[in-house]
Amino acid sequence: MKDTHFLERDPLAERRVRVLSPTGVLGAGFKETSLQRGVEKLPHVIACDGGSTDSGPHYLGSGQPKLSREATRRDLRLIMLARDVLDVPLLIGSCGTAGTDAGVRWIRDLCLEIAEEEDLSFRLACIYSQQQTEDLVDYWRAGVITPLPAAPPLSEQVLRRCEHVVGMMGHEPLGAALEQGADIILAGRATDTSLFAAVPLRNGMHPGASWHAAKIIECGAACAENAWADSILAHVGEQDFIIESLDPDNPVTPRGVAAHTLYENADPLLLQEPGGTLDTSLAEYLQLDSNCVLVSGSQFNESTTYTVKLEGASLSGFQTVVIGGIRDPYIIRQLDSWLGAMQQQFAERVELLYAGRLSPNDYDIDIKVYGRDAVMGAFEPGGNGLPHEVGILFTVTAPSQEQARNIAKFVSHAGAHFPIPEWKGIISSIAYPFSPAEVDRGAHYQFALNHVVTVQDPLELFRFEFSLAGEKI
Amino acid sequence: MATLGELASLIRSKNAGPFWLTFDILFDDEASFERVISSGLITYQSVSEMLGFRQEDILLKVLRPALAIKISVPRPMVQGNLGESDMYAGQQYAPLVTMTVPDIGAR
Repeated sequence: MKDTHFLERDPLAERRVRVLSPTGVLGAGFKETSLQRGVEKLPHVIACDGGSTDSGPHYLGSGQPKLSREATRRDLRLIMLARDVLDVPLLIGSCGTAGTDAGVRWIRDLCLEIAEEEDLSFRLACIYSQQQTEDLVDYWRAGVITPLPAAPPLSEQVLRRCEHVVGMMGHEPLGAALEQGADIILAGRATDTSLFAAVPLRNGMHPGASWHAAKIIECGAACAENAWADSILAHVGEQDFIIESLDPDNPVTPRGVAAHTLYENADPLLLQEPGGTLDTSLAEYLQLDSNCVLVSGSQFNESTTYTVKLEGASLSGFQTVVIGGIRDPYIIRQLDSWLGAMQQQFAERVELLYAGRLSPNDYDIDIKVYGRDAVMGAFEPGGNGLPHEVGILFTVTAPSQEQARNIAKFVSHAGAHFPIPEWKGIISSIAYPFSPAEVDRGAHYQFALNHVVTVQDPLELFRFEFSLAGEKI
Repeated sequence: MATLGELASLIRSKNAGPFWLTFDILFDDEASFERVISSGLITYQSVSEMLGFRQEDILLKVLRPALAIKISVPRPMVQGNLGESDMYAGQQYAPLVTMTVPDIGAR
């Protein structure tokens, strides 16, 4: 039972916009019972994040999604059916993981397929966030692209080398699509929070509460005591917001909700959005009952300029890897010198076989020693003595897959017989589990941008496409 | 004496975007949280020595409602660059786990 007499008000009885977050990322899954409980609360909007940069540059570089079609489809279908029952907007952003145009189209195709199977009809808006190289170059020359802290150096050349660049939309393009009557919005790259803040803001709810609530629920039920992939609900009001758990077995606590504010942020107190900054430094967290936490005191400070974050990835080459293990204690006690001599021989071999075609800057052979310092590299404090076994990972990067593979062939061959002074005669020094020992990894990409572009209009970087799905519109 | 790992309910590391690395030390109860805060264990200098980052690069925040300490630095390598060893930066916190928390009053 709620016991909020100490508040002299009943927060849940006040005017609030209810935002349902089915799960942390589309395709991660959720309990149908939790989603159903969320639907019964009559949310005003359903929003779901479709991706992030968290899994690395490959998805932005290649335009491929991270999660499977089957997993994504399962979630999308249930969410679309819920939307249809409620007849409220559904917002999905960062479609296809990186939010490229291909990602939006991928989700759009899934969406239309499900619409046909389930006989659903709705107004569909697709908002594309990919940027044309020439437009970016124009912005660059105009001096309105600026670095964020710890950004790599930027030049026209870097912009031209990117496979894909996306701009991270705020809530304004989403609001514009809602204004046009969109029932389902599939957005390219968007700030995680804007998907969840758009409808509360549109309805005049408190901006600090809208943005902070969005930050809490964008990962679904990850803010609850058990960080399962599951649904969660926010009630955003005119002065504060409430987080409500949709699973009685997974309560929310003030500490847990406060702790989620700091997840994946460098600064948990000041969180940047395109149009300003969310300040949570004065936020207070209160347990209303075992299912609900009330949060008040967050402020949104609008900035005088509007900045859109750019993300870009460029191709660095193609990779082939070789993995193996070493058990000989004599080799293990001299790994640095042994591997150093091996690298020297690799360099000489490349020079011999590829004279004039590959310079040392064109390729890379990375060696990681698992069991010693593979995970932390130069930051490994060590001091644990010698392991009895190590794993070795060679990663070859070269301009083409064929070159990477061919270099990897002599890496694995030379590595397999590389001598140590203790043994006279030919040895087999690396235990390979596979034949061939070399495994092609395909293209390798790198993030190239950590920059923002200052724009006059929050919509100017984004393209809209409206359509109708189903028969009965 | 206890270690940080024994007193904390969660110690983790993660990317804060591809260019920043963040560490969270969370506690279940105020007593453990206050003990670590008042022990003076977590300072710019101790973090610099334990994790190998320059002091001027470190962002150190205490979030009392969350009973949390947060340490953030520019990511030593941009996420996913050649030579990446930990795509999620999820396994970089290990040295924090065994840090010894001095007894209260013993600075």
